[in-house]
Amino acid sequence: MTDLTSLGVKDIRDGVAKGDFTAREVAESFNAAVAEAAALNAFIVTTPDHALAAADKVDAARAAGEQLGTMAGVPIGMKDLFATHGVQTTAASHILEGFTPRYESTVSQKLWDAGAGMLGKLNLDQFAMGSSNETSYFGNVTSPWKKAGSNAAMSPGGSSGGSSAAVAARIAPAATGTDTGGSIRQPAAFTGICGIKPTYGRCSRWGIVAFASSLDQAGPMARSVEDCAIMLGAMAGFDPKDATSLQMDVPDWEAALNSDLRGKKVGIPREYRMEGTDQAILDSWEQGKAWLKDAGAEIVDVSLPHTKYALPAYYIVAPAEASSNLARYDGVRYGLRDLPDGVGLQDMYAATRAAGFGDEVKRRILIGTYVLSAGFYDAYYTQAQKVRALVARDFERAFEQCDVILAPTTPTASFPLGSMNEDPLTMYLNDVFAVPASLAGLPAMSVPATINADGLPLGLQLVGRPFDEQGVLNAGLAIQQRAGFTAKPEKWW
Amino acid sequence: MSVDKATVAKIASLARIRMDDEALERMVPELNGILQWVEQLGEVDVTGIEPMAAVIPNTLRLREDVVDADPLTGGGKQADVLANAPAAEHGFFGVPKVIE
Repeated sequence: MTDLTSLGVKDIRDGVAKGDFTAREVAESFNAAVAEAAALNAFIVTTPDHALAAADKVDAARAAGEQLGTMAGVPIGMKDLFATHGVQTTAASHILEGFTPRYESTVSQKLWDAGAGMLGKLNLDQFAMGSSNETSYFGNVTSPWKKAGSNAAMSPGGSSGGSSAAVAARIAPAATGTDTGGSIRQPAAFTGICGIKPTYGRCSRWGIVAFASSLDQAGPMARSVEDCAIMLGAMAGFDPKDATSLQMDVPDWEAALNSDLRGKKVGIPREYRMEGTDQAILDSWEQGKAWLKDAGAEIVDVSLPHTKYALPAYYIVAPAEASSNLARYDGVRYGLRDLPDGVGLQDMYAATRAAGFGDEVKRRILIGTYVLSAGFYDAYYTQAQKVRALVARDFERAFEQCDVILAPTTPTASFPLGSMNEDPLTMYLNDVFAVPASLAGLPAMSVPATINADGLPLGLQLVGRPFDEQGVLNAGLAIQQRAGFTAKPEKWW
Repeated sequence: MSVDKATVAKIASLARIRMDDEALERMVPELNGILQWVEQLGEVDVTGIEPMAAVIPNTLRLREDVVDADPLTGGGKQADVLANAPAAEHGFFGVPKVIE
C-alpha cells in the first residue's frame, strides 16, 4: 500500500470516498508522522484525538452512504492563530499561553464541517509578526530543507512557518495560514509548497487572533494548486460575524481549474526588478514567463510605479492597526496577568504586557503607538494610507492591460535561522514582493518553480484582480504543470 | 524625525508596556532605524489622493434586530466569557483596586 503521508488533499479525499483506505488509516499515519517530527517544532500542541474523531465520523458517514464533504477524511494542521474550541490558542505568545477558547473560528468550523480533522496547532511568529519563525515564544520552527553541504537549521519562512514546515515535511497534507503582508506566500516559497491568499474578505476573520485587521486574510497551504483550490473552497464564504466579510457566492474553484491560458495576458511589473534580488530568482522569473507563454498566454510589460513605497507604507499601517488590536491584552479578561505586590490597575497592565509580549511585538506596538500619536498622525499614518491608495491604483491600472501578474515571491531563498537578526529592517525587506498585493487586498499565490544551486526551493508569485482567485489558480496550475517540481526535503528529523 | 530615550519612554507608557532603562536604550536605535526608513514616504506626491480606508469596497450591514440573532455571539454566555479570566470572582472580572 502507498505511504498515506505522501498523499495530498485531493488524493486523500478521493481515496477515502472510493474506499481505497479509511479516513482512520489516514489520520493514524499522519498522527504518527507528526509524533516523529518533534525536531521541526512545527506544532505547539498536537491533537491526535481530534484527527481520529473527525476520521471516524467520515468513515461512519461513508458506511451509511451519506454525502461526504469536500475535505472528508483529510487531517490538516491549524495555524495557532485560529481559535479552536477547547484547544489552547496562543498566537505563539506568552500572553495567551493557556488560553482555551470556548468558541470555534468560522474558518476552522467550516473545515470541520467539510470533513477535515485537526492534527494540531501549528507554530508561527508571535502574533504573526515575523518572516522567519524566530519570534515564537514556543521556539523557532526549523525548515525540513537543508542547504546542500550544510547542516545549518534553515528558516521555514514566516509567519506561517509551522504550516509551511509541516506541509513540506509531509507530516500534514495541508495547513491553514494567514497572510497580512506575505505570511502565506513567503513561507510557501521557502519550503517548495503552494499557498494562496484570497481577496480580502473572502475568508471570515471571526475567531482569528487579529494582527492588522485591514490586511489579515486566511488561506490554504498545500503541495498542489488543486489542493489549494479545494481547501480554499472549504474555508471561504460569507460570515455575518465579520463586518468586512464579502457577501458573495464562493465559486467552485476546483471544478473550474483550467491551465489553458490562450487569450490571457500576463503582466510583468518592471519595478519588481530590484537591487539585491538573487540572480537565481531573476532566472526563475524568466522561466516562469516562458512557461506561461507556453500555456498560451501573452506576456506584457506593466508598471507598478509605487512598488518601492509599499513596504514602508505597510510598516506604518500594520503596526498602527496592531497597536490598537493588541490593546485588548490587559491581564483582565483572558491570558496572562502579572500583578506585582501592591500595584494598581495601570501598573498591572504595563507589567502584564511587558512580561507577555516578545521583542518584535513590543517594537511594532511602539511604532504603531508613535505613528498614531497626536502631532505625528498626519505625517505618518495619513501619508501611509494615501500611499496605500496609490499602490492599489497602480494595480487597477495594470489590470487594464493584463489579467494576472507574474513576479517572484521573495528576493532570496530561505536563510539559516539566526542569520538575519542583526537589524529588524533586513528581515522586513524579505516581504518586498509580497506586501503590495496585501495592501491592495488582491488574491495572490506562490507556487514552487525550481531549486537553486544550494538545493533550496524558489517560488513564483501570481497576483490577480479582486475576486479573481480562479485566474490566479489557473496561472498557478499552468506553472505547476510545466515546472514539474518534485523535489522534497530529505528526512533528517 | 527621530526619537530619543525620553520619547520612547513616553510611547511605552502610552502603550502600557513597562520598560526598564536597558530595554529603552536598546529600542531607541531600532525604532530610529525603522522611522528613518519610512521617512521616504514623504517623497511621494499624494496631491488629491484620499487616504485608503477599505481595500475592497464593502458596505456595513445591519443585523436582524432580534435577540440572539447569532447564538455564538448572543447573550447568556457569562460562564464562557469568564472561563479564561485570570481572576474571575462572583461572576465578574476581578481587578486590583482602582480608586484609592
